[in-house]
Amino acid sequence: MEKIYSRTKTIQEDKVSGFCPGCMHSTVVKLIGEALEEMNLVEKAVMVTGIGCCGLHMDYIAYDTITAPHGRATAVATGMKRTSPDSLIFTYQGDGDFASIGLGESISAANRGENITVIFINNGIYGMTGGQMAPTTLLGMKASTAPKGRIAEEHGYPMHMCEILNQLTAPAYLVRTSCNTPQNVIKTKNAIKKAFQNQLDGKGFSMVEIVTSCPTNWGLDPLAALDFIEQKMLPEFPLGVIRDR
Amino acid sequence: MARVLMKGCEAIAEAAVRAGCRFFAGYPITPQNEIPEYFSRRMPEVGGTFVQGESEVASVNMVYGAASAGTRSMTSSSSPGIALKSEGISYAAAARIPMVYANISRGGPGVGAIQPAQQDYFQATKASGNGGFEMMVLAPSTVQEAVDLTYKAFDYADRDHNPVLILADGVIGTMMEPVELPPMKSDEEVAAIKAAKAGWACIGHKLDYANRSWIQPGQWDTKKMQAENEKAAAMYASWEKDIQVEEYQVADAEVVIAAYGISGRIGKSVVDICRAAGKKVGLIRPITVHPFPYAAFDHIDYSVCKAVLDVEMSIPAQLVQDVRMAVKGRCPIETCLCSGGNIMSREAVLKAVDAILAK
Amino acid sequence: METNLCVAGFGGQGVMTLGKFLADATCNATDKNVTFFPSYGAEQRGGTANCFVVISDGMIGAPLGDVMDDLIVMNGPSLAKFLPTLKQGGRLFINSSIVDEKEVNRSDVKLIKAPVTEMALEMGNAKVLNVIMLGVYIGYTEVVPAEVVWQTIEHKLGSKPKLLPLNKQAFEKGLELGRSQK
Repeated sequence: MEKIYSRTKTIQEDKVSGFCPGCMHSTVVKLIGEALEEMNLVEKAVMVTGIGCCGLHMDYIAYDTITAPHGRATAVATGMKRTSPDSLIFTYQGDGDFASIGLGESISAANRGENITVIFINNGIYGMTGGQMAPTTLLGMKASTAPKGRIAEEHGYPMHMCEILNQLTAPAYLVRTSCNTPQNVIKTKNAIKKAFQNQLDGKGFSMVEIVTSCPTNWGLDPLAALDFIEQKMLPEFPLGVIRDR
Repeated sequence: MARVLMKGCEAIAEAAVRAGCRFFAGYPITPQNEIPEYFSRRMPEVGGTFVQGESEVASVNMVYGAASAGTRSMTSSSSPGIALKSEGISYAAAARIPMVYANISRGGPGVGAIQPAQQDYFQATKASGNGGFEMMVLAPSTVQEAVDLTYKAFDYADRDHNPVLILADGVIGTMMEPVELPPMKSDEEVAAIKAAKAGWACIGHKLDYANRSWIQPGQWDTKKMQAENEKAAAMYASWEKDIQVEEYQVADAEVVIAAYGISGRIGKSVVDICRAAGKKVGLIRPITVHPFPYAAFDHIDYSVCKAVLDVEMSIPAQLVQDVRMAVKGRCPIETCLCSGGNIMSREAVLKAVDAILAK
Repeated sequence: METNLCVAGFGGQGVMTLGKFLADATCNATDKNVTFFPSYGAEQRGGTANCFVVISDGMIGAPLGDVMDDLIVMNGPSLAKFLPTLKQGGRLFINSSIVDEKEVNRSDVKLIKAPVTEMALEMGNAKVLNVIMLGVYIGYTEVVPAEVVWQTIEHKLGSKPKLLPLNKQAFEKGLELGRSQK
């Protein structure tokens, strides 16, 4: 029988993922690996990871990677891409990393139009540290630091990073996808490939914001978490291409 | 080589370029603005990159990134900005990434004063970030020395895979003085330095689980983390051979001035004035303030030395703690201090020396 | 032999440039050691500006001393601020166009007067007052040979050759005035 699917070689065979069951980090990491392989970019790839769950796969991927201080991934990527323009430099950051502590670095790198790719994982919560409120936490959504749920008067509103960055002139590509359905997984992979291609073409800053689940800290089983994405997350974070230049 | 009159900050930047530095990121803060300004003009001429970061934090992390990709890289700032950089410095030290940075220090704490000071001694030598890492800290007392030490700093950084700090102050940074510049590394030499790092640098590698580059400023595994720290500690211990110190007229001195940087230079001129007047005064000036030249203080003749005079532009005194460890109670230690952006006065040091001699 | 000089005036009077020309000339054409140290505040404009130049046959310790051998003051406030730092027998150069001679409350210093603001205006460019004053200082002290200083100015103005004749005239007028007061 013809083999039409196999595990990406960019994930080491003997290693075990550090992600929780049902966590979509696993899905996205697989998509990145497949994209790199299909585009023949593995040998050029450098992933700059943020701090948090987004660093949990460094151990089992097979391409170059570096840990940035919390929030600074786009600054680290700036230094790398400017001095090593032939490498494919992409950051892999969660919402706390990209949209909270790293907001200054994120906006500034986007505004400079740095020729890098950002993979931004938005699951509305701090995962590794135990479910604290994130800048993307939905109104009313409970967090370990917002026991009564996010309250607009006290905590403000969820931040929409694609739309915020869309206020800038420089970014080339801003897109929001999800991994809650097979169709959306395919769209996510295509978006990642397009974002990588933009970097190869020297188009500048590209970001793929991926709305994902955190079953563990949402307190839901993986399937219920999918429903939560569909019913709660996506109305707040509508999918689609926000910018494509 | 003809000497040229250069401002300390610009001389540091030019020395870095000549050493093969091809990436600089920085953020404006007085009194070091001439460093990023100089790089912004100079880098395009040598095929290098200058980025004005959105903050000190971003700048140091850009340098962490560029250095991790194998390029000789540098940042600079002044005291409060250096405090912000401690995050990136600690990461570079943990990940064993070679980089160089300069502190053109000013008054503190807090926003302090924009005028020169030496208030950052502890920060520089004991804890430039979390985690108890160590760095070589080089403290020039002339613009020439700033040039020579900056040039050398990149070699130390590459040798040890560790950050190196140039600890200067607002006087060294803003004064102009004749310097002889070191040779410019050729494009081929610069490329060779970068190529030598290709094995570990994060630039992309052939698909091979064992040989990819994985730059880790920490370890999940506690045993591995301890092993990393043990390796680093052994490297720090090897710096004994790199200690640099100026010992001047120490052998028969009744007063030995201990001072570094700009204060060390002022101290030396006090020694000359005193010797001309028949007063037996000497100087110990650490050039590497870390590793500290403790052994130099064993060259003092404690049967004639009435006191060691710690001279520094810091209140409270900081250098004095290392001096205390070096003197080991063999004679009294006095201090001559100023702070707040006030520059050490030669007259004040002379007075302090005379007071000890009169005892 | 070490000479400590302080140059002080309003921002915009070219005080720093005067000091830098002198330091540069010393660096380029002599074996002496020299330091130039600018004193700076947080403000970009206005206020007083001053710099220190030390020229020495030996090692220079402090790039700014407590006691000055020479003092150039371009305005009144600078006189009040720096005159106490001038040593006994020190040389005081004043811009006598705007610094009132009567304000010089010391008789133990040598006073050299130069109405450089008026002279510059007469030459048609108020900006050259610092070059005139540098001429006066060199003419009087000969701390560095005059031709070396002129070569430095010429080199520094290389990109603006139109300014050369005026500056040459300014420097020479200054030299003459300085020499005449020896």
